[in-house]
Amino acid sequence: MIELQNISKTYKVARRNAGGLQALKSLFHRNYTYIKALDQISFSIQDGEMVGYIGPNGAGKSSTIKIMSGILTPDSGTCKIDNLVPWKQRKTHVHNIGVVFGQRSQLWWDVPIIDSFELLRDIYEINPIRYRKNLEELTEMLFLTDILKTPARLLSLGQRMRCEIAASLLHDPKILFLDEPTIGLDAVSKLAVRDFIRHRNQVYHTTVILTTHDMQDIEALTERILLIGHGQILLDGPIETLKEHGSSVRKLHIDCHNLDFKPFPGLVMVDRHSASADFTLDTAISSVSDAINHLNRCAQIDDLSVTAATAEELVVSLYQEFAI
Amino acid sequence: MKKYFSFFRIRFISGLSYRAAAWSGVVTQFFWGTMLILSFQAFYRTDPASFTMDFSALCSYIWIQQAFLSLFTLWRLDNSIFTAIRNGDIAYELARPIGLYETWLSKDIASCTSSAFLRCIPVIILSSLLPAPYGLKLPTTVLAGGLFLISISLSILVVSSFRMLIYISTFHTLNPSGIRVIAVSFCDFLSGQIIPLPFFPDQVRSIVELTPFAAMQSSPFLIYNGTYTTEKALLMIGLQIFWVFMLLFLGKLWLSRSLHKVIVQGG
Repeated sequence: MIELQNISKTYKVARRNAGGLQALKSLFHRNYTYIKALDQISFSIQDGEMVGYIGPNGAGKSSTIKIMSGILTPDSGTCKIDNLVPWKQRKTHVHNIGVVFGQRSQLWWDVPIIDSFELLRDIYEINPIRYRKNLEELTEMLFLTDILKTPARLLSLGQRMRCEIAASLLHDPKILFLDEPTIGLDAVSKLAVRDFIRHRNQVYHTTVILTTHDMQDIEALTERILLIGHGQILLDGPIETLKEHGSSVRKLHIDCHNLDFKPFPGLVMVDRHSASADFTLDTAISSVSDAINHLNRCAQIDDLSVTAATAEELVVSLYQEFAI
Repeated sequence: MKKYFSFFRIRFISGLSYRAAAWSGVVTQFFWGTMLILSFQAFYRTDPASFTMDFSALCSYIWIQQAFLSLFTLWRLDNSIFTAIRNGDIAYELARPIGLYETWLSKDIASCTSSAFLRCIPVIILSSLLPAPYGLKLPTTVLAGGLFLISISLSILVVSSFRMLIYISTFHTLNPSGIRVIAVSFCDFLSGQIIPLPFFPDQVRSIVELTPFAAMQSSPFLIYNGTYTTEKALLMIGLQIFWVFMLLFLGKLWLSRSLHKVIVQGG
């Protein structure tokens, strides 16, 4: 069980204007600005939950993850993870967590992957029998058989990421923090990683906290999302709330000829070509069937499609709504 | 303890993969040693009486120094540690149930011993084949040999724990090159890397001998070539032990202070 209460963290950033004279001046006098990365963050996560942690760049996602994994000390507030304070009881706490930072690597560059894994076995003091069992299972699930003996520097990004994820699970952590685990991966690798994470959660009830900019990750994996912006939690709820919260807007695409578009409440033409046109429709004003009837009167329709806004578009509209 | 040994092992193994660097190191060290001996020979020819160490002892000093160069040169820092601090990979090290100081110390000792391991044997063999007085001689007594082994092990600890201070300073400066240049020039001179300490003026030498710099390479080398009597050797080993504890204590204290204000940026 993870509990954060009123966690705040401020960074001190040195700033100066461009130019040599300003650089010289800053030798003697520096201007600092204080940036509130986290401002009174509170939430709690139950065992076995999968939570998507989203927000634009610089919103405070990684800072929160780093506080929860014992790397950063917050300025104020309390954080308890299974009754341990991460930054105070760091060594005990980190036995229970696995971390993947998608933009960094924990594998040794020059030596085969298996050597890095064995180092982790010794670091976490994993019992040899359990280590062998976990290694076999992870190798099978993440298709690592052929690459275990290869040095990390010779692996593709997708192969390396699968190894990174395996590396963070060798010691059976109860909680898994994934900081952009699918960054830069191709479609096949993304699917493999997602399947694996889902499997891990279902079979081992591992609590998963995932930060990502890929909305498909969120849709595929998490039941609950936390939206953070300007260091504050703006939205906390099941993924459906995001969808309800998102617009009642639908997109209409028609292939047609002889289009003579007349205004209709809630329907806006956004794009027009010789034989097709795109509209947006606010279903709070007019229903889809009324809009289609209206369009049918304006043109001879050959084909028609209605789509809901994607998760990606919903997030954009959320960011706009909260002005983050 | 086992986890740190594993760190040592993996760093040692990955150090061994640089074979070309090791061979070119052997060649460099051998030529450098030859040049040093030739230039000292010129001084000895002018006035042998003004030297406090006889010429063949000096040659042994130089060969032992060249053979174990990677153990004792302060500039041979483990770049992976600087990179981890600068680019934030330190986040992974902090997310493990390990002490950061102990981890870095094992990595640092591993990186310099693996490099010395590859280089020392060819240099020792080649230099002992040289004709007297130019070659490397065995220690004068078995006792001196034993004390040398103790002293050189302590030296590795002194040098590595001193390097730790340079690594930790990176938390505060982010760019290690400034401190590196200062530390390296001081250390090269005061540790007997350029001129052996017995050639320093007496007053200067007696002060320098008390510093951690003398506890680095000077003590084991002077024990090896017989310059130090057994009594003096024991005294210097005692000083080395003192400096090991002192530097370990200072480093650990400074690191735990620094970690409170660690900010891992980006990502």
